[in-house]
Amino acid sequence: MLEVANLHVRYGNIEALHGVSFQVKEGEVVALLGANGAGKSTTLLSIMRLVPPEGPVVTQGAIRFNGKDLLPVPAHAVVAQCGIGLVPEGRHIFGNLSVLENLKLATYARKDADQIERDYARVFSLFPRLADRKHQRGDTLSGGEQQMLAMGRAFMSGVRFILLDEPSMGLAPLLMQELFRVLKELNEAGTTILLVEQNAHLALKYAHRAYVMETGRIVLEGNAQELAEDADMKRAYLG
Amino acid sequence: MNIDTLVQNLLNALQWGSFYALIALGYTLVYGVLLLINFAHGDIFMVGAYIGFFLATFLLGQYALALPFSLPPHVIFLVTLLLTMILTAFAGVTLERVAYRPLRRKGVNRLYVVITALMCGLILENGNLALLGANRRNFPQLLDNTVYSLGGVTFSDVKLLVIFATIAVFLLLETIVRKTKLGMAMRAISYDRMAVPLMGIPVDTVIVFTFALGSSMAALAGVLFATAYPVLEPYMGALVGWKAFIAAVIGGIGEIRGAFAGGFLLGFVEIFVAAFFPSTLRDLIAFSILLVFLSIKPTGIFGVARATKI
Repeated sequence: MLEVANLHVRYGNIEALHGVSFQVKEGEVVALLGANGAGKSTTLLSIMRLVPPEGPVVTQGAIRFNGKDLLPVPAHAVVAQCGIGLVPEGRHIFGNLSVLENLKLATYARKDADQIERDYARVFSLFPRLADRKHQRGDTLSGGEQQMLAMGRAFMSGVRFILLDEPSMGLAPLLMQELFRVLKELNEAGTTILLVEQNAHLALKYAHRAYVMETGRIVLEGNAQELAEDADMKRAYLG
Repeated sequence: MNIDTLVQNLLNALQWGSFYALIALGYTLVYGVLLLINFAHGDIFMVGAYIGFFLATFLLGQYALALPFSLPPHVIFLVTLLLTMILTAFAGVTLERVAYRPLRRKGVNRLYVVITALMCGLILENGNLALLGANRRNFPQLLDNTVYSLGGVTFSDVKLLVIFATIAVFLLLETIVRKTKLGMAMRAISYDRMAVPLMGIPVDTVIVFTFALGSSMAALAGVLFATAYPVLEPYMGALVGWKAFIAAVIGGIGEIRGAFAGGFLLGFVEIFVAAFFPSTLRDLIAFSILLVFLSIKPTGIFGVARATKI
């Protein structure tokens, strides 16, 4: 489904990725692990085709989605035409819009009115808290609720492949488990997921496969269960 | 000041403030979306008035090339108004395309874009001067401009038209921004630019729409202004533009209702100062009052201090 090959990107004069290659197949949950500054978020921003000032510049390599070259595609078309969505780090919900308006905005490019109605119902059943807070402004939500809204928004944009950047950050453990249960449910319903996480334990529990990044390179890859038991991995990331 | 004079001045202030409000709208919309003060906007108002002038005189058959039939003046007014709004919207969008978008693509500091805007304003003024000469032009009278008297208060239908058009524009824009997806996207951009494309929304479309909206409102102001005060000259947008910008800031820049509140407030202050003091002191006193107002509430009437996002 997604194929990243020998990806080099830079922010200004600083190269942030030095030849990253990986794949995500349809229906998988793939985790991208690693310490702060390893290049995980940069990888996601590159895939989404976000350009400066928000994103990096790709200098070499390829990003292909179902065989199509993503590099010339603008960010909004990556979402609307290719069906790839990003739940960004720090949520980036629209605090000056209501919860419902946030969700509605995500349907901007969609034409399938009937499916949109079903998707609203789905989002509100996955996250009943959002239904309760429908008419509240986004910035009045708690951190967990904002994360739910950011995920709900990605879902409402009608994408089949969701990239998540640190969804568990700043969440209470209970909420974290809840969020991952929802991710699993989405995945079982056919959504492919690429997950960036610092909480490697949690990520490996839900992922099928994982890649480990270090300073702009992939240093380890494998099936999630094997990685969870890998001695190097344990020493470096699982503690 | 007796009650008649008071009502008369209120009416005058509403009309005068309407022009400021309609122009202030363009500043505030663009600022809300791009955090850019489009200093060329006052000159877009001038461009609107001139486009209106040429359309109206063309429709009246004052050129060698004319329509094969003649239209009644109020129809000409309506056609002129609508076509001017459309054409001026194109002018505003072209300005964005040619001057601002290349800078945005390079990701330069907003300061440079503001300077570019100032220069574009000068280019529009002097381009007009070079192209059309320094002659003032008289906007043709298309509406009867009947003057009514009620007690000691006189008002014309042009005055009422200006005020009602402005109120209608306010309601229309509030609806667009609250209810349509494009309007929501405009509000969303002002809060978080990065997340907008993630919703599948092309940011450039939203920006073009914003410029088209603001410019067409400036065109509306231009044609109405020319109908009420029918003398056009290349620099007519400069001072009015500055004042409308001040009105937008007073109202709280980035807020649509702020543009209207600020526009009307400026209209009231100017008219009432002129009612009590010699008119040469009008701007001095009016802007001193606004200076005091801003020093007390720097974010304007409806503005909220923006938290700097990291």
